[in-house]
Amino acid sequence: MRQPENSAVTPPVDPFSALAADTSARVLRNEWVNAEYKLIVLDAPGLAASAEAGQFFNIECPVVGEDKPFFRRPMSTYAADAETGQVEFLYKVAGAGTRGLATLLDGQTVRILGPLGVGFTLPEHVRSIVIMGRGVGLATLAPLAEMAHRRGVAVTAVMSARGPEQVLSVDRFEATGAAVEIVLDSDGTSDLANVEAILRRLHAQGRADGFYTCGSNRLMLLMKRLAGELGIYGEVAMEQQMACGLGMCFCCVRNFDVDGETVSKRVCWDGPVFPLAEATSW
Amino acid sequence: MVDLSVDLGRGLILANPVMPASGTFAEGLARVIDLNGIGALVTKTITEELRGGNLTPRVAEVSNGMLNSIGIPSKGITYFLEHTLPFYRQFTAPLIVSISAPTVDAFARAAARLNVPGIAGIEANISCPNIEEDGKAFAMRPGTTEQAVSAMREVTDLPLWAKLTPNTGDIAAVARAAEKAGADAVVVANTILAMSIDIETMRPTLGNVMGGLSGPAFKPIALRMTYQCARAVNIPVIGCGGIATANDAVEYLLAGAAAVQVGTATFTRPNAMNEVIAGLTEYCRRKGFNRVTDLQAALNAEMLIPDVMEAAQ
Repeated sequence: MRQPENSAVTPPVDPFSALAADTSARVLRNEWVNAEYKLIVLDAPGLAASAEAGQFFNIECPVVGEDKPFFRRPMSTYAADAETGQVEFLYKVAGAGTRGLATLLDGQTVRILGPLGVGFTLPEHVRSIVIMGRGVGLATLAPLAEMAHRRGVAVTAVMSARGPEQVLSVDRFEATGAAVEIVLDSDGTSDLANVEAILRRLHAQGRADGFYTCGSNRLMLLMKRLAGELGIYGEVAMEQQMACGLGMCFCCVRNFDVDGETVSKRVCWDGPVFPLAEATSW
Repeated sequence: MVDLSVDLGRGLILANPVMPASGTFAEGLARVIDLNGIGALVTKTITEELRGGNLTPRVAEVSNGMLNSIGIPSKGITYFLEHTLPFYRQFTAPLIVSISAPTVDAFARAAARLNVPGIAGIEANISCPNIEEDGKAFAMRPGTTEQAVSAMREVTDLPLWAKLTPNTGDIAAVARAAEKAGADAVVVANTILAMSIDIETMRPTLGNVMGGLSGPAFKPIALRMTYQCARAVNIPVIGCGGIATANDAVEYLLAGAAAVQVGTATFTRPNAMNEVIAGLTEYCRRKGFNRVTDLQAALNAEMLIPDVMEAAQ
């Protein structure tokens, strides 16, 4: 940290140690994985690569043509490996920020601020969890399956999508030994009643003492209701528009139900992973 | 060696002239940068009462800037003193606490509660609605500015800064009123009222419809106001508005600012303040200034014929 030469302040007793870094990451790959999503693999050694499941980064997307994103874009970690120093993001090319990100070529650099926020936890009593997600929410949940695998916790992944083309990262889940159940809009299996039946069956089989979800309001509400009814521990990863990602601007607030009281919390600072029991509809 | 220190009055001397703008800084930045390198720390505005804040979306991006309508969510001064202030006491950079209130009396009550160790000064955010005056911001007019600042001056010996709003027709007159009422400095300026509309949804982009514009798009306006205020008062002017680089900060110092606040830039570049500090040293060295305060009188004024100067008043 650069100090002004004449600085009148005494240096802090303890040397400053950062918990997050604004890393200039080098693009190793930036490839389409289907018609809408791209996977970017970055060389980002140091703090960035120490990101845990559920933590996110605030990414400086390049200005390209008419797309001039002013804010950074928050993105959940798809993979982070402290040994290789690599960090990956799976993103849907949808707006000014992600269109810019999609143009990055191998060898170019991009600033990523992170790791940020509070990630997933696996309480001691949890032995077998259900991870249920939809769309890009599945990217957020993939590192959780790997964390569970390392901790010896069994995983069933219920993956919801419009059609077979939109089911992302099945291989990531299967590589951890997770049992995968795919439900689709195209064949009607993603219908809430059917998903509820699947969750009840998993619970009856002793395969659901933890519920984890991301990416769908109606799936979150279903899991929250069943978790309450069946006494299952649960967590949800939330999304919200952000500016700073560091809890400073107070724009990314959502309402939570904490012991019957409505409490406003910052998704970037108090989350993005929250207790399922506190979550409210978004 | 360049002397970056600045004297902002009433015994408050900063190691360098760079600090965060209120509302763009909180404890989270300490996770990324060393706060002890910053000239001063300025809190998000706190109020006596609990406030929930506005509906989302609370921010929107525009060309080279952003709109915000956060709504000053606040857990109250008691919470701040008990839970937030101890965090800031671990840093050597002086802490300036931003306060706001809906009435003159409430401003005085809030200011009186801040005479505690660990607080180096008060920034009065008088850009908020005055409920005794039809919701008009105190700093929109000299009279209400003088009332609010006088009431605070009577109850505190701490350095007292008035943060002015750009949403006024004559900001120099408002700055003079703050000076007359005993302010030790004026901060120029808060965000300027603005709006944007999403043409696909045909809705305003902010939940609150209108909000404040900040960022580089706002810089030339706030710079002009800083210049006007610096010519109008003898107390320090702290420039604020769209400063993202050392070059931006140099412009403000040349316009007459004694110090600067970096706000929106920290949202997109968390190390922006340190980059500005480093760049100021480089600029002073390159231009042969031994003290950063020398910039205040260095504006090349040859072109300032009387008519232009009058128009700027």
